[in-house]
Amino acid sequence: MIGLCHSVKAGFSALFSIKLALFTFAAYTMFVAPVFADIPMPDVPKAKGEQCVEPTAFMRRNHMDILTHQRDETLRKGIRTKKHSLQGCLDCHAVFIEPTANEQKVVVTIKSEKHFCNSCHIYAAVKIDCFDCHNSKPFVKKQPRHVALKNGPDN
Amino acid sequence: MSDLITSKQNNTNDTQKKHTRRKFLGLAAGATGATLIAPGIFLNHVQAKPDADPANKNVRWGMLIDTNKCKTGCDDCVTACAEENGWANQTGPDEVKVQWFRKVDLVGKKTGREVSLPLGCQHCEKPPCVDVCPTGASFKRDDGIVLVDKHICIGCRYCMMACPYKARSFVHSPVENHDDYMPRGMGTVESCTFCVHLIDKDKSPACVSACKEKAILFGDLNDKNGAIAKRISQIASRQIRADLRTEPGIYFQGL
Repeated sequence: MIGLCHSVKAGFSALFSIKLALFTFAAYTMFVAPVFADIPMPDVPKAKGEQCVEPTAFMRRNHMDILTHQRDETLRKGIRTKKHSLQGCLDCHAVFIEPTANEQKVVVTIKSEKHFCNSCHIYAAVKIDCFDCHNSKPFVKKQPRHVALKNGPDN
Repeated sequence: MSDLITSKQNNTNDTQKKHTRRKFLGLAAGATGATLIAPGIFLNHVQAKPDADPANKNVRWGMLIDTNKCKTGCDDCVTACAEENGWANQTGPDEVKVQWFRKVDLVGKKTGREVSLPLGCQHCEKPPCVDVCPTGASFKRDDGIVLVDKHICIGCRYCMMACPYKARSFVHSPVENHDDYMPRGMGTVESCTFCVHLIDKDKSPACVSACKEKAILFGDLNDKNGAIAKRISQIASRQIRADLRTEPGIYFQGL
């Protein structure tokens, strides 16, 4: 009986080791290894500015958790800080395509393969739902259309 | 309301209006100018909520709608809502169009008196839509605004059946050209948000700004020195279906 337990445990740990090895290899090929010249790599577009809101390695691993946390804070509590907002991502990571002569630069939407999110998500075959509802382009500054909220008699 | 019947509900999705939004906003801005002491400075200005602060628990947002001022046939508030929140220009049959806000005309059976009023989410203190939601997507924010968390809404539409005011709509078709400030998507339920994105930036909801007749008074019902609480304490007003004890945040004058 004890022997059986041992062998089951050993089985699990072997499986875990294999998984770990695969995972490490996947991470290696994705982020470290331009040395494998024949492996296609995601072509991640350059963003605005020097540094993302968090270290790049952290963002690669945890951006989805940050966004989920922020969405709950914003919608359910009304906390509207900009640091981790989805629109913040889109503002800095906008990708422009240059159309033919005399036209202005056009920013791509999520329908384009060149969109920042798509550049990795298509590679990793992970579907994102964000843009079923959210805008996928940088904010366009709207003309102020609204009077300020006040307690005056005429409000 | 027992002596009143709903005679018709204007189709508010018809956005092809003769008067443009810009024109009536200009009028509204002119009227508001009276309370300006200098450009950009308002009297009785409420301090904007800092971005990092959550919604204030001591605030209870509400509206007082003066039905004596509200004009039959005018739907400026509805058009403004549609443009602000990205539900204008819908295609498809009327049955599947979303409608956050609508104008309702009432006629007294015996008196023949005609009343026109805008109707949308009443932002109840005890909202039935929140009670029935199986996922917790329908919720009430700390400042009394009833919202749908579309991230976890499964589109079951229980809340639409529970709402006594028929205030919620289901999005049947994919949404194109998303608004920056108001995410909307197929398969979820939505309704008036009191323009929560504007309130958090210290601005009035779109319908309030758009009303030429100034029929909608918006503010904090808990602020005893505020305009809305003062008016409610002075004049006769009523909530729709107050007998259901959902404690709506929207009061009507002259109904």
